Amino acid sequence: MATSDIQVAEHAFQHHFADMEQQRETSTFGMWMFLLTEIMFFGGLFCAYLVYRASYYQAFVEGSQKMNIWLGATNTAVLICSSLTMALAVRCAQLGKRKLMGWLLIFTMIFGFAFLGIKAKEYTEHWENHEFPGPHFHFQTGDPQHPATDPVHTEIYFSLYWAMTGLHALHMIIGIGLVTWILLAGMAGAYSPIYYSPVENVGLYWHFVDLVWIYLFPLLYLISKKHGGA
Amino acid sequence: MATAVQPVERENYLNSNYGIKSWLLTTDHKRIALLYLISITAMFWIGGFFAMMIRLELLTPAGDLVSSDTYNKLFTMHGIIMVFFFLIPSVPAVIGNFVIPLMVGAKDLAFPRINLLSWYIYMAGAITALTAMITGGVDTGWTFYTPFSTTYSNTHVIGAAIGVFIAGFSSIFTGLNFIVTIHRMRAPGLTWSRLPLFCWSNYAAALIMVLGTPVIAITLLLVALERAFNIGVFNPQLGGDPLLFQHLFWFYSHPAVYIMILPGMGVISEIVTCFSRKRAFGYEFVALASIAIAVLGFLVWAHHMFVAGISVYAALVFSLLSYLVAIPSAVKVFNWTATMYKGSIRYETPMLYAFGFIGLFTIGGLTGVFLASLGLDVHVHDTYFVIAHFHYVMVGGMVMAYMAGLHFWWPKITGRMYPEAFAKLSALLVFVGFNTTFFPQFILGYMGMPRRYHAYPPEFQVLNVLSTAGASILAVGYVLPMIYFLWSLRYGELAPPNPWNAVGLEWMTASPPPTHNFDETPIVTWEAYDYEHQPQEEVTVGH
Amino acid sequence: MWKNFPLFPERASAMAWQVDGLYFLLIAVSAFFTLLIFFLIFVFAIKYRRSVHPHPVPIEGSLPLELAWTLLPLGICMIFFAWGSLIYFQEARPPKGAMEVYVVGKQWMWKFEHETGQREINQLHVPVGRDVRLIMGSQDVIHSFFVPAFRVKADVLPGRYTSIWFRATKPGSYYLFCSQYCGTQHSGMIGEVIVMEPTAYQAWLSGGGATGTMASNGQQMFQQLGCATCHRSDTQGRGPNLNGVYGKPVLLDDGRTVMADENYIRESILNPTAKIVAGFKPIMPSFQGQVSEESLMALVAYVKSLGQPQQSEPVSNRPAVPESSNAQ
Repeated sequence: MATSDIQVAEHAFQHHFADMEQQRETSTFGMWMFLLTEIMFFGGLFCAYLVYRASYYQAFVEGSQKMNIWLGATNTAVLICSSLTMALAVRCAQLGKRKLMGWLLIFTMIFGFAFLGIKAKEYTEHWENHEFPGPHFHFQTGDPQHPATDPVHTEIYFSLYWAMTGLHALHMIIGIGLVTWILLAGMAGAYSPIYYSPVENVGLYWHFVDLVWIYLFPLLYLISKKHGGA
Repeated sequence: MATAVQPVERENYLNSNYGIKSWLLTTDHKRIALLYLISITAMFWIGGFFAMMIRLELLTPAGDLVSSDTYNKLFTMHGIIMVFFFLIPSVPAVIGNFVIPLMVGAKDLAFPRINLLSWYIYMAGAITALTAMITGGVDTGWTFYTPFSTTYSNTHVIGAAIGVFIAGFSSIFTGLNFIVTIHRMRAPGLTWSRLPLFCWSNYAAALIMVLGTPVIAITLLLVALERAFNIGVFNPQLGGDPLLFQHLFWFYSHPAVYIMILPGMGVISEIVTCFSRKRAFGYEFVALASIAIAVLGFLVWAHHMFVAGISVYAALVFSLLSYLVAIPSAVKVFNWTATMYKGSIRYETPMLYAFGFIGLFTIGGLTGVFLASLGLDVHVHDTYFVIAHFHYVMVGGMVMAYMAGLHFWWPKITGRMYPEAFAKLSALLVFVGFNTTFFPQFILGYMGMPRRYHAYPPEFQVLNVLSTAGASILAVGYVLPMIYFLWSLRYGELAPPNPWNAVGLEWMTASPPPTHNFDETPIVTWEAYDYEHQPQEEVTVGH
Repeated sequence: MWKNFPLFPERASAMAWQVDGLYFLLIAVSAFFTLLIFFLIFVFAIKYRRSVHPHPVPIEGSLPLELAWTLLPLGICMIFFAWGSLIYFQEARPPKGAMEVYVVGKQWMWKFEHETGQREINQLHVPVGRDVRLIMGSQDVIHSFFVPAFRVKADVLPGRYTSIWFRATKPGSYYLFCSQYCGTQHSGMIGEVIVMEPTAYQAWLSGGGATGTMASNGQQMFQQLGCATCHRSDTQGRGPNLNGVYGKPVLLDDGRTVMADENYIRESILNPTAKIVAGFKPIMPSFQGQVSEESLMALVAYVKSLGQPQQSEPVSNRPAVPESSNAQ
């Protein structure tokens, strides 16, 4: 095992680095910098969300009450599980347990697809209810006793909902692609306890995308249960 | 230290292999720098052509050369191309890409493949933006202000916005590569306090690229979505806030001006020390000033919005912070000047450009102080005063520094010397042409001539004619280097490894450098700009 | 000054001298520093050129110098900051009793309506020596109201009001530019401000053209839109009584207080649920998209006139007061 590990590392070593240690530190550092970029990327949307939620609170409350909290909560749980399997997969890569790592990555992907499937169901419901911004947008509260007070601005809520969850879903799809890549490479024996930074970096990315959802869920689904907000 | 001229056929990054594939699939930072050089030079000429059309239109008060719609597209495309496709990548992606790994004694940037990817992304963005321009153009101004860009303009806004969006990722990847390289790839002994100031300033610029660019990316994405689906986020008729766009836009686009100027400042630090043969005066202060500019630069965006309808108290805070960001710039100017004191000064072309930079940047910076002043900004905002101010910083500062850097490192990049006499002439033409073009615009601006005017009242004509005349001199000043640089590739004298007798690791390897930069990883035992211990010898080449 | 080749804009408002004063100070200081830098570069470049000064003297730096050229510019900048801010605050706070003109910017023209009901396009007549406050809104994109001779400028936004004030000091005709790029005919969106002697202005006012004052037009709208059914002038209405509400603080449902300025009135018509007055329910429908920009201004003028006979107390500084711009 030891000699093959070294061969794997030699194969992966890029010659502009002084040694494997420098290569590993460099790639992890680069990944963290990239995640900083990602934070700022989502940050623009969060900023828009905060501004409009402050201005049109009522409209946001009514919009959020149309969210399916159970599906959202399930998805939150699914993602947390996926982060667990991802973290365990990284640990397995570190320990050289190739087979177990493969299974854990497969579970991670299953959780990822489950998330996207549930999300797609929610999207379909919103689409059928005309809760998609644009010319066909039409908003009614679920309760005929309380007609929508501010449908014009609820459209902004839905615009941000679609933009934020859409961008997040796009990141999930990219994440599943990356997991597929390290799964295939891992099965082909590209990683070893000396060289596993791609697994580690994909893990970081996966946790980041997961974390974004942890913020999106309360902000979009759980604004207020009461009619009239407050 | 090798001082003898290397034999011609020594293997280097240019002759190690040939063929189009060896260039398009290269991961060598030096070759990628050249790919960038060719691309941004093309963009510079396209943007410059639009600038000449603008100046020709403004020769007469009436809008007679082109229609108003065409004029609006001209200045929009001039702005988009020059800002996003020339100024932002210029010094970092060309000179920085080439020189930073050499300066830190590394074989390459940390992520060579991402570096190549960034060039492809840049090209994809450039082609998208150019396609939008060729198929009909954009007329929103490079600022894409809503709701004009989202609802009222009927030009190819989405295409241009997506082009800029894509190009943003190239900038992010370049910045990411620089930060990681400077952190992790320095040669043994090269501590932070020994790092060349060019690395410091590019590091500061890279921080802005990584933290600021994603915000403009998401903002332009929202503009495209707003146009495509009418989502209402920036549309006041649907309750959206048009000022939110301006906040998000300037949150990136103000720091972006520091992406443009900081690397230029780094070039000047290298050149002033080299041609004065002295350590940088107040090295730590110049280095920290770069970081201070990058940090403070993120806190001043709303000074573009003093008359846009923000609260007076917000304006007060942003005005104060804008003054603060002027201080590190002033510190730099004073330190460059002091570096020359009791030096041993040579007037080679890079130094002439550096003189020009310091002078013009001083004017550009001081007029920035006018704009930070609330009461005065109300009058000059959105007039030609602003145009003159930022061209003094961007063209008088940044492009001067870029030209200075190109001349300075040209022997290292190509292994050939450029013709010194022509180069001096072009430096002079650029200086004279530039001032003739843009100084009159300060006066025009204070008189009240608004920017982006296709036609203007006749009393503004004399100064506009002067400005257009200057622009033609400026154009000659830029065409000349284009010709002699190309000429030098074949006929220029062979460059020794260190034609300027400069210190710095990039001068310790051959010109042009071998593919892996250094035959052995250098070990640094001296401080930055250690000219005192550099043997004093006159290597006269290219006179 | 040369007739056909002016190098300086005319001064025709009370503010112009102040702005110019700051400008001259800045020019003097900038010229000093620019010349200083040019002079030093020139002297060093000549005196220490390689041929006469082949051996550089090693100098690392100097902390006192660094402190000096950090603190000195900072101190000078603080003077500029204080002066500039003083001017800005003056510009942002219209004096009491200013006459008000409502301005609508649209692609590509300026529309004015005087309180007395006169309407103008691309021309604004004002009397000399009188404070004039403009309440401005845009019907489409962002414009900017810029009169160089008065040294005033403010963006004109869709979706909210901005305001600006000036006191013209010299009769004449002055350029009014749109200075925020607004589309094809941006450079054609030029109007003029005509400053008249008070008597001539009175004559112009009585020249007719007005169809009722703005407030009376607003009152008609108020009836037509059915506002009066809820907003009654007693305490029995389902909406708050609007008498004397303008310029006063209003207590909201959630305990906050906002100042009832033009932007608040505007918002309450277009986005009624944003700020609910304490003791009332969020039942008012939005009038977004149902009233034109001009009608909206007439409504605002009417609400302002309620319970305030002939006394307009300006409270809105140029942008809305911060409380109302950061709603809830």
